[in-house]
Amino acid sequence: MITGFLLNGFDTRARIVVAILIAIALLVPAANLMLPPDHPLHVPTYLVTLMGKYFAYALLALAVDLVWGYCGILSLGHSAFFALGGYAMGMYLMRQIGTRGVYADPILPDFMVFLNWKELPWFWYGFDMFWFAALMVVLVPGAIAFVFGWFAFRSRVTGVYLSIITQALTYALLLAFFRNDMGFGGNNGLTDFKDILGYNVQADTTRATLFALTVLFLALFFFIASAITRSKLGKVLVGVRDAESRTRFLGYRVENYKLFVWTLSAMMAGVAGALYVPQVGIINPSEFAPANSIEAVIWVAVGGRGTLVGPIVGAITVNFGKTWFTGVLPEFWLFALGALFIVVTLFLPKGIVGTVQAFWANRRRPAAPASLAPEPAE
Amino acid sequence: MRALTVLVTALWLMLSAALAPTAAAATAIADPDLSRLVNQLAEGGFDEVEAAIGALVATGDDRVSSILDKLGSGDLFVRKADRVVVLTEAAGRELKLTDPVTGADLGMVPKAAVEKIRVNNRLRRTVAAAIGTLTLRSDDPAVRRSAAEAVMKSKDASAIPALDAAIAAEPDEGVKGVMIAARATAVMASDLPEADKLAAVETIGDLGTRDALAMLTSYTGLEGPVGEAARKAATSIESGLLLWDAAQNISYGISLGSVLLLAAIGLAITFGVMGVINMAHGEMVMIGAYTTFVVQEIIRTSAPGLFDYSLLIALPLAFLVSGGIGVLIERSVIRWLYGRPLETLLATWGVSLILQQAVRTIFGAQNREVGNPSWMSGSFMVGELSITWSRLWIIVFSLVVFAGLMLVLKRTTFGLQTRAVTQNRSMASAMGIRTPWVDAFTFGLGSGIAGIAGVALSQIGNVSPNLGQGYIIDSFMVVVFGGVGNLWGTLVGAMTLGIANKLMEPYAGAVLGKILLLVFIILFIQKRPRGLFALKGRAIEA
Repeated sequence: MITGFLLNGFDTRARIVVAILIAIALLVPAANLMLPPDHPLHVPTYLVTLMGKYFAYALLALAVDLVWGYCGILSLGHSAFFALGGYAMGMYLMRQIGTRGVYADPILPDFMVFLNWKELPWFWYGFDMFWFAALMVVLVPGAIAFVFGWFAFRSRVTGVYLSIITQALTYALLLAFFRNDMGFGGNNGLTDFKDILGYNVQADTTRATLFALTVLFLALFFFIASAITRSKLGKVLVGVRDAESRTRFLGYRVENYKLFVWTLSAMMAGVAGALYVPQVGIINPSEFAPANSIEAVIWVAVGGRGTLVGPIVGAITVNFGKTWFTGVLPEFWLFALGALFIVVTLFLPKGIVGTVQAFWANRRRPAAPASLAPEPAE
Repeated sequence: MRALTVLVTALWLMLSAALAPTAAAATAIADPDLSRLVNQLAEGGFDEVEAAIGALVATGDDRVSSILDKLGSGDLFVRKADRVVVLTEAAGRELKLTDPVTGADLGMVPKAAVEKIRVNNRLRRTVAAAIGTLTLRSDDPAVRRSAAEAVMKSKDASAIPALDAAIAAEPDEGVKGVMIAARATAVMASDLPEADKLAAVETIGDLGTRDALAMLTSYTGLEGPVGEAARKAATSIESGLLLWDAAQNISYGISLGSVLLLAAIGLAITFGVMGVINMAHGEMVMIGAYTTFVVQEIIRTSAPGLFDYSLLIALPLAFLVSGGIGVLIERSVIRWLYGRPLETLLATWGVSLILQQAVRTIFGAQNREVGNPSWMSGSFMVGELSITWSRLWIIVFSLVVFAGLMLVLKRTTFGLQTRAVTQNRSMASAMGIRTPWVDAFTFGLGSGIAGIAGVALSQIGNVSPNLGQGYIIDSFMVVVFGGVGNLWGTLVGAMTLGIANKLMEPYAGAVLGKILLLVFIILFIQKRPRGLFALKGRAIEA
């Protein structure tokens, strides 16, 4: 049954996307490491890291799309899960610094020595082991999302209210992580990483590997998401999105479906954060900012929500635009981003991918009546 | 014991009453007499000098205190030839002499012709006390108050009689209170009998202020009844102060609540009444604040005299600017998105980014300074409560805005139409209401209110392009907590959150308090998803 479930997700389009992603994961590091720097196809390391960052964002966007595009839950707090995953990874990386820190304390990270802490707080135990940290990357965002969702969905907080309290959640975490006595480095966050699993994080090979891992994880989660959305479970989720009350009256336990997809999405966001941190080399509380969550939502909207390729396309396009704009016209990036929000919601409600799909569908069957498939509603 | 104190006080009262006219008459004492008394300062030993000081003080003449001041600092000299007391001033090798009473020039003499009037520590104290006495009876209340405060610091027992006289003659209640406190402190430091000290402890205890508590704590360690009385008085002051502290926190809370109310009330219209999630609401507040800044800049350069009225001028302008931008946003963006709240949220977020960046481009990213008019600066005390004028005005202002908005919505045709459209759009339209216009103007009203909130908030915080961001989450919390579609809910929600925040702050710290409050709201929404004052009815489920 499980096999059938998984094979079901592996339709032609998903196969193409996964194949492309795997190709990227293999070719870009190869072009970086194997080709000499003066070769026209050589990819410089900074570009590898930059693209790795984009793909981590794409993974976050995929997570947002899974809840928003397929279940109608507009989360303005996904950056919280992203940042929590990032912090879990950052804590592992901090513990790996060991005596190479400024204060050369074998156990305590620099900021704790600086704050005159005598011993490691209990929640830092275990983070010297990679498997533990990797587990926490998934478990912490998952657990918080589960508890939050348990309360929120059971008391039927929906729509805008849910969006606003997810925003409050990430805002509360933002404030909390800014505090020095929380034990997460205050507003400086965690940085100055040295090693990951014994490999130098600055080395070209490590960076290329991290990039490949990010893209492979994206492929894996794309596959999982595709399997879910094409299964019966996925159909129920779309039912919840389009007519929650009706789905409930048909006998489905709406809150359980929501809770499942919500928690899964939070875990995906956590993984995205964990892949993001070693590549950018820092994690600080500003990652929790509600504005970041809303930006992730616009990636999905630009790419096309309710399609799984859309968020990947959207995240990469928007972030490429951001990099380009902040390099060329730093003043105008916010104008462009703001205009993007307005233009997409007003004129491109299906996003790039959704619009292209509709265009192709019309070309293939020009005489066919308008699609009967439900549009993504609120 | 107390009877004795009363008796003593009564005696002093009578005595000073008897002395008062004499003192008044004595200010007009003739120069020769005063000069004679001043010359006495140079005669005999320290005892005689002390007696002469007493005689001088008794005259009550205004000039005495400056002469005594010179004596205390060792600047008073006597001319050896005729034993006349003089003031000196170095002029080359010689000294220029002046008469201390009349200020007349007495010519130049060599340095050897004069001799300093010597004072010892006892005399210096006497002089200080005498000056204290004289200033305690000064015509200027501020001088009298600072004299009493000086005694409170020095705890000089010798000032007690002077204080008693001054207390009896004191017309100003405030100054009198300080004097009484000063007297009590002096009594505590003196070697007066226990009865007086007990009475003094009681006097200090009755003050009930923080200073009084500080005074008492130095005596709580004493043995015997005095120490006990001090301990008792200290505890009673402490419990009283605890109440004042709570009151102070509540006053901060009301002030924060009024700020939240101002920030949220516009949102209560656009979000609460119209159902539009306006993420650009904070930017409307910010634009209002920048309007104030521009108005003040213009006034500064062209009509500085009008500065005190700058806020009054800025209010209608801010309403028009923010409201106008609001109407523009509604007509260009939001009207296409009615019924799609999540899309509205994203689009207005985009608007907010554009507005922020526009303001940053025009005015720069740094904070702009908006001045306080004179009637908004400073503070005053109510008991132990310290209240700043700006906070008080903002509380008043927020309530006025609230009441005004209520009136508009409940008593005008426009308000009626607004309510009709929000309750049943198609029916309202069928009745001939032009719903698109009502939408535009309602949104404009909400935005305009946000603008005038910006005028007020510019007075208590930084004016920067990010100003609105700081308020947007709080505003949504208030509206959601209070209950959507109900202005009373917004009022109660704002005040509750403000006061709860400030009451938690001393125990949990500012940041943790805020986090706890956010968690509380998240949990509260689980329990009552429609807020405190939910609209009842079946039409709510969309």
